[in-house]
Amino acid sequence: MRHLKIKQFEESFFRVIMFLSTLLIVLTLFLIIFTILYKGLPSLSWEMISQVPKGGFYFGKEGGILNAIIGSLYLSFGATIIAMIISLPVALFINIHLVKRKKLVNAIRFILDLLWGVPSIVYGAFGFAVMIYFGLRTSLLAGMITLTFLIIPIMIRSMDEVLKTIPIGLMEASLSLGSTRSETAYKIFFKQSLPGIITAILLSFGRAIGDAASVLFTTGYTDNIPTSISQPAATLPLSIFFQLTSPIPEVQNRAYASAIVLTFIILLISISSRFLFNKFNKHNIKS
Amino acid sequence: MDNDIKINIKDLNLFIGNKHILKNINISIPNKKLTVILGPSGCGKTTLLKTLNRLTDLYPEVKVKGNIFIDNEDILHTNKNITEIRKNMGLLSQQPYPLPMNIFRNVTYGLRISGRRNRKILKNRVEHYLKQVNLWDEVKDRLKDSASQLSIGQQQRLCLARGLAVDPEIILADEPTSALDPISSQTIENEFLTFNGNYTIIVVTHSLRQAKRIADYVIFMYLGEVIEQNSADEFFNNPKEEKTKEYLKGIFN
Repeated sequence: MRHLKIKQFEESFFRVIMFLSTLLIVLTLFLIIFTILYKGLPSLSWEMISQVPKGGFYFGKEGGILNAIIGSLYLSFGATIIAMIISLPVALFINIHLVKRKKLVNAIRFILDLLWGVPSIVYGAFGFAVMIYFGLRTSLLAGMITLTFLIIPIMIRSMDEVLKTIPIGLMEASLSLGSTRSETAYKIFFKQSLPGIITAILLSFGRAIGDAASVLFTTGYTDNIPTSISQPAATLPLSIFFQLTSPIPEVQNRAYASAIVLTFIILLISISSRFLFNKFNKHNIKS
Repeated sequence: MDNDIKINIKDLNLFIGNKHILKNINISIPNKKLTVILGPSGCGKTTLLKTLNRLTDLYPEVKVKGNIFIDNEDILHTNKNITEIRKNMGLLSQQPYPLPMNIFRNVTYGLRISGRRNRKILKNRVEHYLKQVNLWDEVKDRLKDSASQLSIGQQQRLCLARGLAVDPEIILADEPTSALDPISSQTIENEFLTFNGNYTIIVVTHSLRQAKRIADYVIFMYLGEVIEQNSADEFFNNPKEEKTKEYLKGIFN
């Protein structure tokens, strides 16, 4: 009897804790969105997103952040595409060709997890060192390379987590039909995990576009829209930083407007990821 | 006599880590007959089956010693391409694993990767093999639908058709009916009986009744050892070993 009461108390206690934690998270999210909308929406205008900064923009004069929007998009698309070309074969390789080498695969996963945890400023410093070594200047290219390093561990591990869930029976089926391991990788496993792979790519894109520290030394900052990858470029996170550190209230509000733009881009990415996930999910074997 | 033996296993031992899973297996599997590997759960039947087309290559810590001769070629020590060897053996697993593509492509997958892409021939083959497994009438209007939408029983028949389409000589079936409803199970069993004589079929099962219904030849395994192997007639009516007699009486299971 007493035992039952303790169990009941436990149950309701943990329910309350879980409910409160969930509430806290949801409220925080809303608070963040509310803050940037409240402070930024009045400053958000067509001019803001369609023009580059004019003289004295950072002192409250005319212009917009088109340079940073375009710069961020170039940079993140570039880095995501390079990272994708490298990550996909690695993720497939460790899940299919190395399926018997459990210890080696675990070691690779461990290293990737460590790299995932390295702060992005460290990648920035590393990218800077590489840049100097090769005699590059702050440029889109240097930024892309640095961002690629930053998101590769994220991309490989996210793809890996999806590929890991594919039952070995599917690999056996494919091999029994006379496929080689590479055919199994690209014709079967790739197809089976395509929704997850797309999610992994978009997740990495979101991480790339939101990162400020790694591009600080490598991409530089400019008021112009870059016309080649050897030119420096502006980025949204840095644009927010520069505007927010201004003592002028109008410029500070523009920082929040820029934050709205960045949040909106990431939101768009999330929604399209959901959409693509459902679109490519139809052939998937559910187990 | 030797011409009637398709697979000859000599002194096969298999270890996973330190565990001795298959112990001194010596068996001969007759050509174009239906052989049942019978035994209680965990006796190594599935492992033995997977050794035959070297799917054991996929599992960590597995060590295989001994010889497996298929048509006098030792597949454990061969220079031949392992993909070619596997292609010669259709596999039906416990759970069906349709490929993540539509029904048509599932059946033609094996043909396409070996370079046959003529649409007319492919269409022909799809109809032929789906008819062979009694699935054609159920799916002929929805060949472009995803295979994952089929019921489990249909999926298993699709997997059989897909395996037959690469024109194997041997069919390996690992408890192919254990996940299926009674009607689908019966269909699969009947298909095996129909194919019998054209293929060397090896079925792993723990069901005595199923073995009785379909087997020409029985291999009885217990705790990683082959206890007895004989023609189905002899095995069921005149078992030699104590263990076999006990199993047939249902004393352990």
